Amino acid sequence: MAAAEARYRKKRLDRGIKARADTLYVICSYREILYLLLPRALPVIALLLLPLLLRGYWGKVLVYACVYGLLALSWDFLASCGLFSLGQSLFFGFGAYVAGILSYHLHLTPAITLPVATISGGLLSAVLLSPVVRLRGVYFAMVTLMLPMLLLKMIETTGLVGGCHGLSALAPFYNEWVAKYLALVALLVCLFGFRRIINEDYGLVLRAIKDDDRAVMSAAINIYWRRIQALFIAGAVGAFAGAFMTHHYQFVGMSAFALDYSILPVAAAALGGAGTFAGSALGTMILVPLSESLRALGGLRIALYCVILIGCVIALPEGIFHYMERKYHQFERLVKVG
Amino acid sequence: MSTLIYGTITSIVLALYTIGFSLTYGISGLANFAHGAIYILSGFTAWSFLNQAGLPFFLSALLSIVISGLLGFALYWGVLLRIRGMALSELIVTFATGVAILELLMWKGFYGIQYSLPLFVKGGVEMRGVAVDYQRLFVIGTGVLLVILLWLFVHHTRIGLAFRGIAQNERTALSVGIESDWIGALSLAFGSALAAIAAMVILPMGIMESAIGYEVLIYALAVAIVGGLESTSGMIGASFILGFSQVVTAKYLGARWMIIVPLSAIILVLIIRPSGLFGKFKEIEERV
Repeated sequence: MAAAEARYRKKRLDRGIKARADTLYVICSYREILYLLLPRALPVIALLLLPLLLRGYWGKVLVYACVYGLLALSWDFLASCGLFSLGQSLFFGFGAYVAGILSYHLHLTPAITLPVATISGGLLSAVLLSPVVRLRGVYFAMVTLMLPMLLLKMIETTGLVGGCHGLSALAPFYNEWVAKYLALVALLVCLFGFRRIINEDYGLVLRAIKDDDRAVMSAAINIYWRRIQALFIAGAVGAFAGAFMTHHYQFVGMSAFALDYSILPVAAAALGGAGTFAGSALGTMILVPLSESLRALGGLRIALYCVILIGCVIALPEGIFHYMERKYHQFERLVKVG
Repeated sequence: MSTLIYGTITSIVLALYTIGFSLTYGISGLANFAHGAIYILSGFTAWSFLNQAGLPFFLSALLSIVISGLLGFALYWGVLLRIRGMALSELIVTFATGVAILELLMWKGFYGIQYSLPLFVKGGVEMRGVAVDYQRLFVIGTGVLLVILLWLFVHHTRIGLAFRGIAQNERTALSVGIESDWIGALSLAFGSALAAIAAMVILPMGIMESAIGYEVLIYALAVAIVGGLESTSGMIGASFILGFSQVVTAKYLGARWMIIVPLSAIILVLIIRPSGLFGKFKEIEERV
């Protein structure tokens, strides 16, 4: 068996159209333009049309998918500068509680609380986690895992910010369509924004910090400061998701720090493929509807995510998106060895 | 006086929580996020042996310790071996395993007063006006004994020598014939078995529920971060610091503020000495 396999090997080559589309020749025909444009435009159009098609329950699921998608994108952004977070619910919870407190005590409208919660959630995350960015390895994951759990226990035992009962009867969005399209547009802006940032010079530095932090340091770049900036960006996106959910539910409670918000983004990024953002978004679009249809299983859902996660990490380490991208750009054939 | 006694007990409990985690991390550099899950799972295994199979408590405790060890070994050999060296994947897999175990336990409905392990020794004693039950003294004894035995094991057996070899330099250890996969699997097995031993002595003092798994993990991580991830003396020192400050906080500020202690301790330590109060060994490597 092994001997038979060794006689052939798989060879991958870029498609001709891919080679042309990489250069200026892309504008020479509609075919090349479409080759580049369709994979980007089709999902966007599909996403923007979906709220019109999906009514009732599945419309709500779409909103959840967008919110989880934002968290997954924020996870992916941190991961692409070498910070592996196990506590996206920290960002989510900050945003949710800031928006909740502003709305509950000061009776502000979502138009004010959303931006304030986004910025201050990002700031809080960056300040709270800034001591950790000096360490690498598992420290960051450990601390981010612990913080939401400790904050959760703190709210539970001390009864601050509403305690176990949470804050309810908060201001809703103006109508259902505003909420749906706000979530969708936020997801799309974040997706394409992050893809752009990470390919700019700024993102190049972030990716370099992930690959070799000492080399970046020797280029006289303050990597801690860059990491804190990345934390702010990712924290702000997570906080926006939290603030959005607060107004969507008209309630904020301890569930904002729940494990769901930490584990699903990681599972989505692992399933879709980390590092491209599109993979994480794709992962959530698969996982969230799947988990909604399995809602009858209750707590078993989280266990199921975990099994999917382990399976993906071991069997398909590159993720679905990378696989699809490869098939789109390249063809494979068997060639004789030797 | 009561602060002293209960501080010591809390500290030993924290040390018992952490000892398995710290052993695994110290040897193979693997942060076992499934630690808390294995802890509580072993409690439920022992409970099942005791109440459903009708075995005596001592035997079921022993069996569940062995099973936890085997589980740790299987986790390493079956899953972690394939992704060894990729820190992110290791982390995701151990964390996901832990959460899966805990959520499965929760789903099976292991919750309630009937799920508790019997005490080893009943009754109590009064020491200078402070009532202490024997089980808590037993926890202290187990903790001290375990640390001594572990020290002897690591310093005076061949496997212990191999453990230290892998911990110091994996490649050099490989070149003198220590197989790192085998030792890594053993380290996770030992870590899990230690978690199970801790569960056997600590769990009888309360009821079991799967949420304890997260709590154990939180405390183990807190102690490990405060003490420095790989040093045993640091771990013991840190558990005493955290244990006593928790008891003092509970006494003067009220029990509900206890949770602030690990949180503020971690943040303080990370600001002042990121590699832990006692962590010297890998200080330069851990810091960027």
